[in-house]
Amino acid sequence: MARMKFICDAERCIECNGCVTACKQENEVPWGVNRRRVVTINDGVPGEKSISVACMHCSDAPCMAVCPVDCFYRTEEGVVLHDKDMCIGCGYCFYACPFGAPQFPQAGAFGMRGKMDKCTFCAGGPEKDNSKEEFAKYGSNRLAQGKLPACAEMCSTKALLGGDGDVIADIFRNRALKRGKGSEVWGWGTAYGKPDNPQQQAPKGAKS
Amino acid sequence: MISARKLVIAGAALIAVAAMTGCGEKEQVVVYHQGKYQGKPDTKPWENDPGASLYTPSKWKAGDKSGWETALKSRNQNQNEYTRAE
Repeated sequence: MARMKFICDAERCIECNGCVTACKQENEVPWGVNRRRVVTINDGVPGEKSISVACMHCSDAPCMAVCPVDCFYRTEEGVVLHDKDMCIGCGYCFYACPFGAPQFPQAGAFGMRGKMDKCTFCAGGPEKDNSKEEFAKYGSNRLAQGKLPACAEMCSTKALLGGDGDVIADIFRNRALKRGKGSEVWGWGTAYGKPDNPQQQAPKGAKS
Repeated sequence: MISARKLVIAGAALIAVAAMTGCGEKEQVVVYHQGKYQGKPDTKPWENDPGASLYTPSKWKAGDKSGWETALKSRNQNQNEYTRAE
């Protein structure tokens, strides 16, 4: 098994926030914490691009390197997880992470920073798999149920792919080669057929 | 006997060396050293039965890594609509 990774296809993401909702629902993420979010560049301008961002489960994770209590670990599948019982909520990982993945609940008094929470690739944490304790601290452990992360599996346009890095890279490559360019990127011709005479011009004076 | 000229030269050389040390460049890129995980050990996802959940379509036996990998591979291919449509 290779490393578990996410890929987001900017050509397909429609900024529906379905992945964010799926993650929230699956893991019962508390109010104010977003393990996943959709980032849009040139929002509102024609040609805007969106991608869904969460923990990228880095091979050389900076959060692991800066943690003063060494509460991070990497599983055999390359998923970066942490032990919430050890986390002191210092926030170093938040500053180190280039993707803003570590999140801190701030529901306590005086804006107190709680223990860090982040995307687990739906792989739970260091508690008994699929136990109540694991769900309460880390959310659902879908990998231990033979499933992939809820965000990727729920993505309506399949912009967000998650799973074995080699496999999803092949899916993405195949897609990029087949979809061509122009309107084919959206699959217009596949859905509605190609025009009989593409060179045909609209008659003069006709209204569109 | 050491002449005054030699003393001046030696002194000048010492001052030059001391001044040159300021020109030396130290490595300014932080090199992180990975710490060792101090928390609880975690179980592997294939070490448990997938559970009797109604919505768990994958079945493998506890400890059967290849069975778990097969389940995940087929799940992975569900994301590829090119193979699903054809």
